[in-house]
Amino acid sequence: MTDLTRLTIAQARERLRAKEISALELTDAYLNAIDSSNEALNAYVAITHDKARDMARASDERLSAGEGGALEGIPLGIKDLFATEGVHTQAASHILDGFKPRYESTVTANLWADGAVLLGKLNMDEFAMGSSNETSYYGPVTNPWRAKDDDKALVAGGSSGGSAAAVSGFLCAAATATDTGGSIRQPAAFTGTVGMKPTYGRCSRWGTVAFASSLDQAGSITRDVRDAAIMLKSMASVDLKDTTSVDLPVPDYEAALGQSIKGMRIGVPKEYRVEGMSDEIEALWQKGLEWLKAAGAEIVDISLPHTKYALPAYYIVAPAEASSNLARYDGVRYGLRVPGKDITDMYEQTRAKGFGMEVKRRILIGTYVLSAGYYDAYYVQAQKVRTLIKKDFDDAFHAGVDAILTPATPSAAFGIADEELAADPVKMYLNDVFTVTVNMAGLPAISIPAGLDSKGLPLGLQLIGRPFEEETLFRASYVIEQAAGHFQPEKWW
Amino acid sequence: MSVDTDTVKRVARLARIAVTEEQASQMTGELNVILGFVEHLREVDVAGVEPMTSVIPFEMRKRADGVTDGGIAADVVANAPATEDNFFLVPKVVE
Repeated sequence: MTDLTRLTIAQARERLRAKEISALELTDAYLNAIDSSNEALNAYVAITHDKARDMARASDERLSAGEGGALEGIPLGIKDLFATEGVHTQAASHILDGFKPRYESTVTANLWADGAVLLGKLNMDEFAMGSSNETSYYGPVTNPWRAKDDDKALVAGGSSGGSAAAVSGFLCAAATATDTGGSIRQPAAFTGTVGMKPTYGRCSRWGTVAFASSLDQAGSITRDVRDAAIMLKSMASVDLKDTTSVDLPVPDYEAALGQSIKGMRIGVPKEYRVEGMSDEIEALWQKGLEWLKAAGAEIVDISLPHTKYALPAYYIVAPAEASSNLARYDGVRYGLRVPGKDITDMYEQTRAKGFGMEVKRRILIGTYVLSAGYYDAYYVQAQKVRTLIKKDFDDAFHAGVDAILTPATPSAAFGIADEELAADPVKMYLNDVFTVTVNMAGLPAISIPAGLDSKGLPLGLQLIGRPFEEETLFRASYVIEQAAGHFQPEKWW
Repeated sequence: MSVDTDTVKRVARLARIAVTEEQASQMTGELNVILGFVEHLREVDVAGVEPMTSVIPFEMRKRADGVTDGGIAADVVANAPATEDNFFLVPKVVE
């Protein structure tokens, strides 16, 4: 018998509908895999055995009545940032100790309405602030991938490191994730998985713990492009509870797969050829362009002149919004409380103990750039630069470019507790150099595994699209996937 | 621009995060690295550029000003560290 945990959503969907397997069998296969592997990978921070089995049994009833939804019986992992009613929701932070919301996020409610099964909550960088999953209160996630002939533990990327490791390590069929500066696409690239970050406004932010509200967007990490299309169809919706949720119908994304890309114009931004980029990344990028060209796409050189200012602008805008969003964690309404000599002392002690170092750093930066006398110099300047970054993309799209191809990350996965990165916060931030522009402009983008480096570690390419044209990205990334093949780690865990 | 340890302590106070002398001095260095990094933004000519307020060119949806939720006081306080009769309990704030 084949290992059920190796099936993609599309494959499992077919077998479930044909009644060759039951949803309970599939869910049990994943729960067993999690129970035996989670200690090694640390992908899950909470496992919902009973709920998963209850949901799977309900799916089996619906399937046998012929009423299954689009994700009927598909076991998913959910990033700890999404509110799940009555279930651990802590954004992998100590400050939300014991928090079990009385409500369900819109994105997860959509998934359950389509029949999906909750396996548990996935590890992440605390409040999604990080690029290595090392800022989690629950400790780092270990990447299922290792370099050839080397058993050194590597990071799974971040902030959606648990999502990436769980999908790549066969601990869920697919996972939800969120992306504020690269938090879906970078971990996907580090684990040989597909990371889809939709247009800002496509998936509701309601019930998702807020980090930087003008940048946050929910998406998925999946085994392949088809699964990404299936997930987005269910996750996306028009939600009256989120005023930035856009009132546009949700298309059948799966239908875009296999459609010709003949005549599609693919932009290659010269500014992404950054100093010190490895030959391997450069070669992979070229290969991606050749694959698209061979399928009939036209490759055009473009310029996005403000690219290098995206990361500095991000490190003003995101912390500023975070400092405001995280003001709510005060030890009064939920989570941790540390007693103090008066109410102010209680706030200060609670927040000192509840937040980790990276979160504190960002709150302080945000508080500083928003404080009297600095607001115009930092925050307003950054928001003006952001207008220019978006205009760069608008100009390229107006000139006829349909999508933009870039590398997803400047390198493959690095080691856990890398000393050089730990010593300099900015070095860690540079991981997001290719992904952060997309959030600043609110665009959709997908990271697709495209090859392995000389050490045998996965590398990804990124396709960036026009607002709400996710279908174009699915079409083009499917072509890359067909050419590049699939990448799976050798099981050691 | 750079910050000194006193500024870090003042900002930490504004953010309601207790910091020790040692932490404040460590953070001063880290924050200055980040502030040095964002300094590049000053090179950009932003004359006549409007600051970004929304990445999507849609007008924000508005709804009628009416009650859409409520009557769930027990749910609201369910996760609080200290409550009594559906009220949040805090240290004494008035004499």
